[in-house]
This record gives sequence, C-alpha cells and structure tokens, in this order.
Amino acid sequence: MSLFRTDRQLALLLQSGALLAAALVLLILLFLVKESWPVLQHVPLIRFVTDASWHPVDGLYKLTPMLSATLYSTLGAVLLATPLGIASALFSRYYAPSFIAGCYRRLIELLAGIPSVVYGFWGLTTLAPLIGRLHPPGVSLLTCILVLTLMILPTVALTADAALAAVPVAYVRGAAALGLSRWGLISGVALPAARSGITAGTLLAAGRAIGETMAVLMVAGNVVQQPQSLFDPVRTLTANIALEMAYATGEHRAALFVSGLALMVMVLVLVGTAELFSKERHHV
Amino acid sequence: MSHFTNNKSEQVDKPNTDDAYTLGPLQAGPPCCDPEPLIRVDNLSLHYGEKPALEGVSLDIYKGCITALIGPSGCGKTSFLSVLNRLTDMIPGCRVSGNVHFDHRNLRHPALDVQRLRRDIGMIFQKPVPFPLSIRRNIELPLREHGMSKQAELNDVVQQVLQDVGLWDEVKDRLASSALALSGGQQQRLCIARALALQPKVLLMDEPCSALDPISSGVVEDLIQRLRGKYTVVIVTHNLAQARRIANYAGFFWIKDQRAGCLIEFGQCKQIFEAPAHELTAAYVNGSRG
Amino acid sequence: MFKNALTTLLIWLTAALVSGVFVWLLADIIIHGLPKLSWSFLVEAPENAGRSGGIGPIIVSTVLILGVAMVTATPLSLATAVLLSEFIRHDSVFGRLVRRSLDVLAGVPSIVFGLFGNAFFCIYLGLGFSILSGGLTLSCMVLPILIRTAEEGLQATPNDYRLSASALGMSRSATLVHLLLPAATPALVAGLMLGVGRAVAETAALIFTSGYVDRMPDSLFDSGRALSVHIYDLSMNVAGGDASAYSSALVLILLLLIINSIALSLAKQWLHRSVVTA
Repeated sequence: MSLFRTDRQLALLLQSGALLAAALVLLILLFLVKESWPVLQHVPLIRFVTDASWHPVDGLYKLTPMLSATLYSTLGAVLLATPLGIASALFSRYYAPSFIAGCYRRLIELLAGIPSVVYGFWGLTTLAPLIGRLHPPGVSLLTCILVLTLMILPTVALTADAALAAVPVAYVRGAAALGLSRWGLISGVALPAARSGITAGTLLAAGRAIGETMAVLMVAGNVVQQPQSLFDPVRTLTANIALEMAYATGEHRAALFVSGLALMVMVLVLVGTAELFSKERHHV
Repeated sequence: MSHFTNNKSEQVDKPNTDDAYTLGPLQAGPPCCDPEPLIRVDNLSLHYGEKPALEGVSLDIYKGCITALIGPSGCGKTSFLSVLNRLTDMIPGCRVSGNVHFDHRNLRHPALDVQRLRRDIGMIFQKPVPFPLSIRRNIELPLREHGMSKQAELNDVVQQVLQDVGLWDEVKDRLASSALALSGGQQQRLCIARALALQPKVLLMDEPCSALDPISSGVVEDLIQRLRGKYTVVIVTHNLAQARRIANYAGFFWIKDQRAGCLIEFGQCKQIFEAPAHELTAAYVNGSRG
Repeated sequence: MFKNALTTLLIWLTAALVSGVFVWLLADIIIHGLPKLSWSFLVEAPENAGRSGGIGPIIVSTVLILGVAMVTATPLSLATAVLLSEFIRHDSVFGRLVRRSLDVLAGVPSIVFGLFGNAFFCIYLGLGFSILSGGLTLSCMVLPILIRTAEEGLQATPNDYRLSASALGMSRSATLVHLLLPAATPALVAGLMLGVGRAVAETAALIFTSGYVDRMPDSLFDSGRALSVHIYDLSMNVAGGDASAYSSALVLILLLLIINSIALSLAKQWLHRSVVTA
C-alpha cells in the first residue's frame, strides 16, 4: 500500500492508539495476576477445592460453594432462557403479524438495555417475596435463576432472531414450495440452518450470566453454602467479590482476585467457543 | 503553486464565447493528431493473488489522441487502466510486472510521487461518484488538497471547468446545493470537471457512458470528443459503435486460454474496425464473437 | 397437523408469557416509582441515607463519570477503528491481533473490570475512590463497543469514495477527514450512544472505583455515587429505601430509553440518508 507523508504520520498515531487498546487486555490480566500473586504463590490450586471452608482471613480458601452456585445458577438460567428465547425469535420472525412482531422485537431490545441492578431490585422486591411465600426465605438459588433468565433472555432472543434472519430466503421458499407446514418448515429448514448462530448466541448469554454480579448479589441470599435445594440461599463468585472487596485486605484481597481470575478464564472459554461457532457459520 | 497560476493566465487568454463548450469545435475522428507516445507500456502483467488478470500487454498511448480499449467483460481492461494511475496500489494482493513509462519517467518506480501522478493522470469511473458535498465543494476539495487556497482562484477554476464540460449554465445558480441531486449524466460531467480542474495530461475513462441513459450518454460522448488534442484520453468501452465514432487508436483485449486477459491487436481505429489483422478481432468487431 | 397447531399455540403462549413478565416488571417500577418522581427529586440532595430528599448530586456524579469515560474512550476507539478499517489490510497480523484482543475485552465480566480498576486506577495510579477512577474503568469497558460500531460505520461508507478520491490524488488522511468521517458520523454517534447506554447501566465496575459517597462532588478526584450504585445501596443497605429506589430506577430506565431512541433514530437516519449538503 502506498501512503503519503501525512498519511504515514497519521498511521503511526493511529497505530499507537490501537496498540494501547489491544494492550488493555494484557494490562488487566497482568494486574489480576499481580494482585492475586500473594495467594497463588504459596497456596496450591487444589486447596481452593479441598480446604474446609471459606475463611480467607484464617487462610482457608474453599471456593467450591461459590463455584457451584455460579454453575447451577448459570445452567438453570441457560436451560430456561434458551427455549424461551428461541421461541421468542420464532414468534417475531414466523408467527406474529408484522405489527405485533415489530412491537415485540422493540420490547425485547428495550429489555436488553435495562440495567442489571434494576432486574436485581425488581427480583428482590417482587419475585423474592412471592417465592418466600412458597418456601422461605425467598432469596434463593431459584430466585437467582429466574432473574438471570430474564436478564439473558433478550440476548438469546436477539441473537437467535439475527441468525434466523440470515437464513437464505431461498431455503425457506424452497421448503414452502414443497408444501411443508409452518412447523415443518421451521424445524426442518430454518432452525438447522440457524443452529450455529443460535448456539453462539446462547454461549454468549451464558458468559453474561456467569459474569453477572448485581442482580445475583441482590436476590441470591449470599449465604456461603453448598445448595441442597432450589430454595437454599447461595453466594456466587461474583457476589462474593462484590461483598468482600469493600473490607478485604492482604491475602483475603488476593484470594478475591484469584476468584476474579477464575471468572475471567471461564468467560473467555465460553466466548472462545462461541466464536468458533460463529466462524463455522461464516464459512457455510 | 506554479501549476495553477499557469492555469489562470491561460484562462485570461481564452476568448469568452457564448458557446457553453469552451474547449473548441468538435474535431473529426481519425487520423490522429500527434504521433508521439506519452505512455509506453511494455510486457505488462498483473496478478490478483495467484490469479493472473493480464499477461504480456505492450502498447503505446499517443499524446492528444483518444485510445479506446475494447473487448469482452473480465478481460482486464479496467485492471489495465488502474495500472496507469497506480490505483492498483490500493488493491490488496495485486501484483504488477513489466515496464510502464509516462513522459519518460518510470511509472512503477516505488519512490514515485503517486499523489502527483494521479493529478497528471485523472480517472473517470463507470458509475459517477460525486462526493456527498455541494457541487462547488466537489471541485474545490481536491484543488485545496493540492495547495490552492485563494477563494478567487478557486471560483475561477470552478467556473472554467464547469464551462468546459457544458454544465455551467445548468448549475451556476445552485453551486451550493448537493451534487447528489444532479442527474446521472450531470453527475458524470461533474466528475469529469472535477478531474479536469487538476489539469491532468491524461484522462482514464472506465466505461464512462454505460451507466447513463442514451441522451446523457450522447452528451458525455460529445464532451469526450472535445477533449481530443488538449488531453490524452484512454477509454474503456463495451460500445463498439462508440469506440468507432470517437477513437483514434483502438486496442482489442481477449481472454486467452480461459486464464488471463491479453492484448490481441492494437492499431489505428480505422484499421482495427475495417481491416483487422487478427481473426479474433474481426470476429469481435463484426459481432460474431464476444 | 396436530404438531403444527400445538407448536403454534406454544410459541404464542411463550410470547405472551415473556411480554407479560416484562410488562409486569416495567409496570411495577413505573407504578411505584412515579409518585415520588418530581423536579425536586431530580435536583435535591439525598437526605436520611437516601430515604428522603432527591438524587441531584447522584445525577451530577453519574454525568461526570460518563463524561470521563466517553472523553477518554472516544479518541482511542476512533483511532483504532480508523486504523483497522482504513490503514491496514483486513487480514494483517496486527489487525487480527487487535481485533482478537478486543473480542476478549468485550467478554470480560464487569466485576473483573471493577477489580482491575480498583487495583490499577485507584491504588497503582493513586487516584483513589474517585469519579476519575470510575470513569476510566468504564472507558476500558465500553472501548470494544465503540471500536466495533465505528469500524462498521466506516466500512459501510461507499468504497467508490476512496477510489475516486485516490484517483484525484487525495491523501488517505484528507479522504478520511473530508469524506469518510462525515459520511460515517451518524453511525459513529449511534455507537457512542450505545456505549453511553452500557456505561450508564453499569454498577459492579463502579462500586470499588468511584465509590459510594452521595455528596455533590467538588472535583473529578472526589468520590461520587452513580445512579445504579444508588439503587443498589438503597435496596440492599437502607431499610425503607425502596420508594426512593423505585423512583431512581425509573429515572435510570427513562434515561436509557432516551439514549436508546437517539441511537436508534440516528442509525435509521444513517440508513435512509439520501442527500447530504455541505
């Protein structure tokens, strides 16, 4: 590529900007490792599982209750949000009359933008008392799963909608020309063609659920324990960081950074997998 | 810049006629004007990645003449034009080999001032591309970029080139309105005016009429005829009748062995159309192939 | 045909359920939030830990945090987007490296941004719990969104402009300044609005960076409480703060709605842009 002199100067300036932006990820990783080093240095990773309890001030670092709370709540939310989200996308693309479909899509877009703290607040004031009537205390793994479901549903619905929109019209027309019923057309042609896009969207939504803090912090009850039932209060990794960072010092603080590092790794694996799926889609 | 002050004295010398066209009367087609080659192309080849697009093209472009390049789609005519103003630099993976000399300078020299070259060799595209600016700004923008900043001078050049392309009377009252509101033919003439404002020696035209309606197409074709003598024009066209009407020289491109485009025959327009040396050329100009 | 009818029914039911729950959520917040909402609520200082009074200083802090985030993130993201779309090839190693690391950055959970912001801006750079720390942390967070939207906006400008400008001997810089950036402006602003929306909704990254203090900030080095943090604090730590929390949530949603509509209409206008005069 040929560049003129002013162009070369500008390119240099832009390159330093881009380099800075790209280096940010490394900087974040660097600082997470640096801050967690006091603990990582002398505590073998296995002790985050085998220690008797989570009492970081006394040097006990059992993270499994938080890990399982995060996993259960994410899993539950994804299991609920995926069918609902896909059904929502199908509704607005194939079932609803165009006016209703437009309104519905607008509603979902609006909800995708609602802050997590508002979802958490609503869950705390409205949902938790309802569930508490069923089985006290109300703030529980179940409430957490339901609020997370609401939060990630728009993500699943919007990505599924986009994936369905990308299905070539010729496929759908071809299927319709064969006299397939609407459901036959959807299950036989549209969904398989959009599968990788929908999967990628679901994985992204799962990443969002794992990383979510505020909503979970407000409705999960925040008791450090291995949940025995859906109605038990739990504390997730993210909530643990948010609750204890305020007063943690020394190795306690470092242990919290370790859990931050663990979160980041989990999310990155999910994002990476999602990217593989969306790559596959581009290649088809 | 001296380049532009020259321009001004020329304008003063020019008689102010009522005729919208100030480039002078329509000149007859062949025979040609000046037998001195301005651009010499020797054994030019061009690849996009691994795919060859042009192979072994050699020809001379004569000063002040109109040279038409004809041939079927995809035979490398447009690629050939892009080599002449180094627009190929902007295409990733494009490799050029062979020699091209413009005015005795090596056009492919890495240290060549490309900005200067593109001012000397202007280009008109198939689809008119007015910028989303006012008519006046469309012409002024490249002039300012090349260092002309006095508003009075700019006004003179704008009027001059719009008169040259016969657009002045149509737009003189709305120079400040958007160029996108012009008709297709007017847009193309504006693009030609924009290129002329830089006082190029050569104008490359890539099917400048094919996106226009027949009437606009005729107007632009007349304009190209009037550029003869003052500018050197290289025009790619699919319209054989048009090539025959306007060109002094013609080059016939063809796709060899389903691979790359190559130049089959080059010569005086009259000879190419009336006494082609190659049977492929004869078949193409008679309409039996291509 | 029974299966077809059943799925149609199920899908309509799902849509009804989903809209029902969401309408419930929105209505709940509007019904509980509206009574307290008034001009004085928007401008007055909070009293009695936020149970009474208004959210004036909190709105100021929120705007300042957003301001810091956008002022720092915009030039950096614009530079990166311009570089990626105009100056280097799409498949170059450097370009792929930058894009990949931005993808990663987009996936980092906000609480991790909070940890990083606390360790880097508050402690390492010594900015303490301040509006500056919070704004800079959010700036890192919105960077990937801003870059992606700006890059898409630039790439959607007609390539004909680049070719024609180049054929007229114009430099890339001039083409960029005079043609491409103006043509992409609505997209750039829409992206900016998306970033603002994301930042204004953020809470977790702010708790340990900009802090909790609900007084009117005197400077960027003061701690300032963002609107979302205020809602969190009222509902979790202040008994009897629910009424104020509802109203604050309503304000936050309205704010987001406005930002969202601006972004949407800009994007639409950009799509339907027919004539631009200069």
